[in-house]
Amino acid sequence: MSEAYAHPNYVKIWFWLVVLLLISVAGPMLEIPALTIITAFGIAVIKAFLVAANFMHLKFEKQIISFLLILALCLLGVFFFGVAPDIMMTDGDQWIDCIADKSCVEQRL
Amino acid sequence: MSMHGPIATHRSATGVPTGRLGTWWLLASEIFIFGGLIACFILFKLNGTPGFEDASLTSVTAGAVNTFVLLTSSLSIVLAHAAIEKGDQNKSFTYIWYTIGAGLVFLGIKTYEYTGKILHGHTITENLFWSFYYTMTGLHALHVIGGMVIMALISFDIRKGYNYQRVELIGIYWHFVDLIWIFLFPLLYIANF
Repeated sequence: MSEAYAHPNYVKIWFWLVVLLLISVAGPMLEIPALTIITAFGIAVIKAFLVAANFMHLKFEKQIISFLLILALCLLGVFFFGVAPDIMMTDGDQWIDCIADKSCVEQRL
Repeated sequence: MSMHGPIATHRSATGVPTGRLGTWWLLASEIFIFGGLIACFILFKLNGTPGFEDASLTSVTAGAVNTFVLLTSSLSIVLAHAAIEKGDQNKSFTYIWYTIGAGLVFLGIKTYEYTGKILHGHTITENLFWSFYYTMTGLHALHVIGGMVIMALISFDIRKGYNYQRVELIGIYWHFVDLIWIFLFPLLYIANF
């Protein structure tokens, strides 16, 4: 069972999560793409932090768990940059645009 | 506090009870499953792949309501954990079933959304956006269903006085499911430019 620690005020955290949700929904109404990115993804990161730290008790957890999660995220970063050229570089002798030319999918099946 | 169950759930060789450590390991592996999909989605979107403008066809209202439902379910499961730490089986049982109810509401709204989209011809094969949409939300929904089933089993256990520590473990898992949705919501519903 979990170690003894003072539980945070969960209702208060939930309230702030709902406020952040409302801001992220209202952001796109201003129709400024840069602001939408900040209100949508910036706030998603803040919400994720609030949930992980307080609801998942990550702030009370041993450091080994934080290291485990940071390691997983770093490896995900390696995956992101490893896959990026395959998706974003659309030139070269062997390149076939399967999204535009659906026949190439049939050839590969 | 009830400590019935396999010894591995109580042992604490790393300073973290093994059951909880195992849950975190599971979630670390889930980061790759959902993170891989999200990473590829972002790369295709940045690359200007045709079809991603269809994000404007998803219902922000339905997505926002579902986010609210999951955030509220996270509150109820963490309150279930707080209650069982005080040994209050009945309160914890009730909060767990509130969480399961919220999961059902989430799935109901998702089903409504799926039905509308499919009836309008937006199926998984229409283009890459809808492939990602159904794969990511479908996989997420499977995690919701799995969590609800496990929660139901745990709720009956704790009523009999067994395995109290599992409320915390399923709670951590459920918050992760909520956390994934926190990122899926802006990706699939809000960022339609």
